[in-house]
Amino acid sequence: MDTQNCFHCGLIIVKAEEIIFDEKKFCCNGCKTVYEIFSLNDLTCYYDFEKSPGATPQDINGKYDFLDNESIVSKLLEFKENSTAIISLNIPHIHCSSCIWILENLQRLQKGISSSQVNFPEKKVRITYNPEEVSIKTIVYLLSSIGYEPYISLENYETGTSNVDRSLTYKLGVAFFCFGNIMLLSFPEYFEVKEYWLDQYRGFFRWLIFALALPSFFYSASGYYVSAFKSIRSKMLNIDIPIALGIVVMFVRSTFDIVMDYGSGFFDSLTGLIFFMLLGKMFQIKTYSFLSFERDFKSYFPIAITKINSDSLEESVPIYEVEKGDRLLIRNQELIPVDGILISEKAEIDYSFVTGEAIPITKKSGDKVFAGGKQIGKVIEMEVLHSVSQSYLTQLWSNDVFQKNVVQKHKTITDRISRYFTPILLLIAFSGFGYWIFIDANIAFNVFTAVLIVACPCALALTAPFTFGNVLRILGKQKFYLKNALVIEQLAKVDTIVFDKTGTITTNKKSNISYEGEILSDEYLLLIKNVLRASNHPLSRMLYDYLPISILPNKSANDAKKWRVDAFEEITGRGMEALIFGHQIQIGSADFLEKTEENKLQQTSVHIKINGVYYGKFIFNNQYREGLASLFKNLSSGYQIKILSGDNEGERATLEQLLPKGTELIFNQKPEQKLEFIKNLQDKGNNVMMVGDGLNDAGALAQSNVGISISENVNVFSPACDAILDANEFQKLNYFLKLSKNSITTIKMSFALSLLYNVVGLAFAITGNLLPLVAAIIMPLSTITIVSFVTVMSSYYANKK
Amino acid sequence: MSVIYLLISISILIAIGFFIAFITAVKTGQYDDDYTPSVRMLFDDELLKSTKFKNTVENNEEKELDV
Repeated sequence: MDTQNCFHCGLIIVKAEEIIFDEKKFCCNGCKTVYEIFSLNDLTCYYDFEKSPGATPQDINGKYDFLDNESIVSKLLEFKENSTAIISLNIPHIHCSSCIWILENLQRLQKGISSSQVNFPEKKVRITYNPEEVSIKTIVYLLSSIGYEPYISLENYETGTSNVDRSLTYKLGVAFFCFGNIMLLSFPEYFEVKEYWLDQYRGFFRWLIFALALPSFFYSASGYYVSAFKSIRSKMLNIDIPIALGIVVMFVRSTFDIVMDYGSGFFDSLTGLIFFMLLGKMFQIKTYSFLSFERDFKSYFPIAITKINSDSLEESVPIYEVEKGDRLLIRNQELIPVDGILISEKAEIDYSFVTGEAIPITKKSGDKVFAGGKQIGKVIEMEVLHSVSQSYLTQLWSNDVFQKNVVQKHKTITDRISRYFTPILLLIAFSGFGYWIFIDANIAFNVFTAVLIVACPCALALTAPFTFGNVLRILGKQKFYLKNALVIEQLAKVDTIVFDKTGTITTNKKSNISYEGEILSDEYLLLIKNVLRASNHPLSRMLYDYLPISILPNKSANDAKKWRVDAFEEITGRGMEALIFGHQIQIGSADFLEKTEENKLQQTSVHIKINGVYYGKFIFNNQYREGLASLFKNLSSGYQIKILSGDNEGERATLEQLLPKGTELIFNQKPEQKLEFIKNLQDKGNNVMMVGDGLNDAGALAQSNVGISISENVNVFSPACDAILDANEFQKLNYFLKLSKNSITTIKMSFALSLLYNVVGLAFAITGNLLPLVAAIIMPLSTITIVSFVTVMSSYYANKK
Repeated sequence: MSVIYLLISISILIAIGFFIAFITAVKTGQYDDDYTPSVRMLFDDELLKSTKFKNTVENNEEKELDV
């Protein structure tokens, strides 16, 4: 067993903080506690399914106080009666079989829970419990204490039971049922066995086939008629017109054949066609149910907030009920839901969500704080200026781009082909009819219908769904999740790529810290590190983690005393001063250390002064993602690249070095300006792809032709977009774009192939030789070859790096 | 030879029976989550020492109160 990693969560154990319990090694007390809970309850099986499956429980003190509020809880529940209540909770940490096991055994940990069921793809657990015995708050605390903290956001507010649309599954079921039975019943006709008893029962077989074809024709295929009708009305010829036409003609002709006793008709081909086309539709729909592409601010916002009443009592109120003049209490790591004025003395607010600025901003009493910022540090109080719907951040969502329920503006590749296909098809049908009418009216009718039947572009209609379906799966495996198949076509058309800076081409994880100035001795570094330990400022934390020296060389008590900080003072927004081991150490901004400096580059830096002597500064640079330079080099050959940043120009020089020449860099962009920028590019006729991350890019992502959101952890959150890309796969972007282009090529090739089948079929049809058997062979044959062709081709392109 | 009517009717009826079973399965949401059940069936209904179980539940409640 690997002893370096925590038995519970798998993180690497820092030697000094190692905890040994029950002969197992843990990285922290939290993990140990979870293990303790499990072992007390005989639930250690948890660790058998997956190695180190757990997560360290987070401190949630006070965070879920709103669950005491009955009216809020009732909005979250799915069902409630006297002694039974059901709630579905979203738990982002669900990731393996151990998770399923422990969450489905919750009733062993908590009295009052009767059962719980995990939905793994959606990362949800549905808990049935008795509200008289256990409160929802207790359940949430229990879940958090074992490392499965549920995520409850404003989005959960007023969730009814959502209706899932399963009609495609029903249609497919009906189509397959009809198709299979008709095929069986058609066999005698195929072999034309001239036996007495088969002849005898022919009528019975045929009418049974007819009856079986009805549900498929009227129900399963109904989507095609509707779509064809709509497209005629909007004067856009789409692929569904020839399909619907083919189906209807096939049905009428076959019915006619049976009634007049001419033959068995084409019901086998008809139902087969409907089935395969629905199968294609089904195949194209690949959903990532644990991802959401439609997120707006609601999924970021908490559901309730702590309000301080006039009699200075704390109370949880739903966000929507917050009014102007209310006093709110914001805890560490909580999101500020509304604009307001800070009442507390000071606050550190992280606006990375809204502006992309990575370093928190210090606000003083009386300053305005805007919605969307995250509070870091001690509890603060604020007074509300605007209600939720009127706040700065929410206003962004009133922009038109978010109201789009617009029908897709672009035509799909299949529809573009069918614009030519449909008129040509009708032309052939009528000219065939015109030719034969002078020879034999009966044959003329047959030829006319046969042309429409055989040319029914089912292979054509199957090409795109199967190619895209396959590519969607390939991309999904590589952690690039597309909203739907249409995005692939859009990706192939992109000619301009706009990147956000912070969080997109840089990582949020670590800053690249460098030191400039006189070299600090190891002793001084040690002193600095000890001073930093006392500070909670984010920059101090980062610097503390960065400094390589271990803080206590010896664990002996004497040494520990030696390193004690004797005097410490932190001045908000400026720096700190400490006396340690007889040295006076000052750490902070240039201004604080009375160092007048030409800060042209607007770098974020921390200066060091020891015993009154200025030593130097630590500079915080953004850490760019791996492979960035080569990615941009590759991309620049085929695309225009632009960088939009909400940040200041501090990084311009570094970026220019990193990026190919001629890349446009634009700084200090507000969310609305980003949106406007994309719009201008589009007005110039460009197909723009926006790559962004936080809420500050949400407008631009929605406006662009393809909005890709980069996420460090895809299970958590990303703004509304067309695709979500796992941050670790960022350097593969060029490959993804290439693949989508190649998939369009694949489609074009297989269009040629399917047209070939149409020509062969037409040759039969136009000469009046289309027998049901021929149709029954051509149809599945073309389908199978097309499907295997596109699957093989798209997999081939996917493997070609 | 009219047994053919009977046989074909029976075969169609059976097919319809399965078809209805499929529709009900879809309707009740059995196809909504096709991953979890496959994992769930592999879990043991592992043994539980009932006395110890009760104790720990109570312990737990005390813990909850502390929080």
